[in-house]
Amino acid sequence: MNTIRFLLEKEFLQIFRNKSMLPILFLMPVVQLLVLSFAATYELKEVDFVMVDQDRSEVSRQLAAEFQSTGYFTLHDVVSNMEEAKQMMDAGKVGMIMHLPPGLSSDFYSGQHASIQLSVDAVDGTQAGLIQSYSASIINDFNQQHRADLEMSLPNKPVHQAKTINLVPQNWYNPELDYITFMVPGILVVLVSMIGLFLSGMNIVREQEIGTIEQLNVTPITKTQFMIGKLLPFWVIGMFDLLIGLALARYGFDIPFLGSLATILVVAGIFLIVVQALGLFISTVTGTQQQAMFIAWFMMVIFILLGGLFTPIESMPGWAQDLTLANPVAYFIRIMRMVLLKGAGWEEIAWMVLVLSGFASLLLLLSINRYKKTAG
Amino acid sequence: MYDVAIKTEGLTRRFGDFTAVDQISFEVKKGEIFGFLGANGAGKTTAMRMLTGLLMPTEGQAEVAGFDVYKQAESIKKSIGYMSQKFSLYNDLTAEENIRFYGGVYGIGRNELPQKTDEVIDSVGLQSVRKKPVESLPLGWKQKLAFSISILHQPKVVFLDEPTGGVDPVIRRQFWEKIYEIADRGITVFVTTHYMDEAEYCDRVSIMVDGKIEALDTPKGLKQSFSCDSIEEVFIQLARSAERGQG
Repeated sequence: MNTIRFLLEKEFLQIFRNKSMLPILFLMPVVQLLVLSFAATYELKEVDFVMVDQDRSEVSRQLAAEFQSTGYFTLHDVVSNMEEAKQMMDAGKVGMIMHLPPGLSSDFYSGQHASIQLSVDAVDGTQAGLIQSYSASIINDFNQQHRADLEMSLPNKPVHQAKTINLVPQNWYNPELDYITFMVPGILVVLVSMIGLFLSGMNIVREQEIGTIEQLNVTPITKTQFMIGKLLPFWVIGMFDLLIGLALARYGFDIPFLGSLATILVVAGIFLIVVQALGLFISTVTGTQQQAMFIAWFMMVIFILLGGLFTPIESMPGWAQDLTLANPVAYFIRIMRMVLLKGAGWEEIAWMVLVLSGFASLLLLLSINRYKKTAG
Repeated sequence: MYDVAIKTEGLTRRFGDFTAVDQISFEVKKGEIFGFLGANGAGKTTAMRMLTGLLMPTEGQAEVAGFDVYKQAESIKKSIGYMSQKFSLYNDLTAEENIRFYGGVYGIGRNELPQKTDEVIDSVGLQSVRKKPVESLPLGWKQKLAFSISILHQPKVVFLDEPTGGVDPVIRRQFWEKIYEIADRGITVFVTTHYMDEAEYCDRVSIMVDGKIEALDTPKGLKQSFSCDSIEEVFIQLARSAERGQG
């Protein structure tokens, strides 16, 4: 036991003496949360559009005003032919072309079928989808409002209110459809993964590189003591960073904390061991920090892409969904969202916690076994 | 009590087709200063790594401080000190912190440590820089510190891999005074060096050529049997026959 205390003492001394790493370790949660949460947004902001107005009527002016009044769209220009508009789209000046054909207003007011065409720059598919659905709802509003006006202004006509089924969507767990609410729990997971995956493993490879590990290997320190000495300091730092992140999420971003904080912390503790053990394993198969860094990054990117952080796992192809079953990050992101946003308790997440514990024991055993004090 | 500190019998280490250490057999007595000489690439470091439990032998037998290198590597580690050729203390820790860490790891009690630390600091003459990171110390001081740490826990055998490489003559002299001092206390010293004048200070000297021990005797005996005036001449005579390239 004593040996471990001396090892820990030494690791902490070294960590706190490293003037370039230390600020990063404790600023990381703040910077990551701020940057990622605000930058990685799916909300629609200020789409420039051009109007090809071949109707030149009250309706076209009203439509333009309606779009602009939402704050999501800015009228870039009004032109009279499609060619000009296309050039603007090609040049990337506008993200949408609204084509109002001649005769639009007469059709509209005479109660006939009236159509307009929206052409959307769909290089970014998600963005294009958003533009479409926002536009559809603006036009829908426009229709209802003006149809009502129209019917009011013709009092002699029989009032036949259109009987339609109204869809009234209610969004549970994240009623405002706030993107940040959705992102922050996932970003906290990425943060913890990075600390776990990179720091412990890199620390061992560094000792290999500068040769201090050889001096340790001739001492009576056992493999297990050594591993604990390397894991525990960064485990503590990881948990500490998570707490900073959670505090920021709660009080800075107003993320609801429906579930229990203790649950989150217990799962985080297990999850950290999983990624740390993986980091240690990487360190036993590499000889330089460069190699270790490269492999760790490779895994990190796959973990994030297959983790459901940006794209829902349910919309991945079957084989990719199967892959996510081996991805610890996917489990933790899911647990985070379930516990924080839905208030899930142990019963709902138990099986995932079990899987994570399984990963932790397996990887830990594997890396302790692979670490050799004596070269073969 | 044992009288033989190190004993090897046909100790061999191969890396693929290359035989780094080829069937070496020797005994080192307790309290002896044993010089382990050889040109670069002759296999000294590989042999030393096997004796310190850092590397598994391919075949042959070896015992260090009475423990078998195959089965009791961990017991060996408690009984030996090791100072590697490449400085391997923590550069970002101070002299004090390094002493404290290695002392603690070798099982010196928490209460004893401050006193032990003072002793080492005094013996190396590092009082003025004890709280500075080791990084900033001159090489000679670093080496003295590494040496003191390797004998901190009173090992039975201490392995010194080129302890005086790159240090000035004054510090080299101090080093050898220390080596005599610990040998007098009964610590067996197994030392490699490229300085032939240092070889003369050893009780016995072995010279390795191409992985084999070609000569082993007291410095006096070696000079007599090779009819040379100095160990340097003996060494050059033997090393010239080497087939492996230098380096």
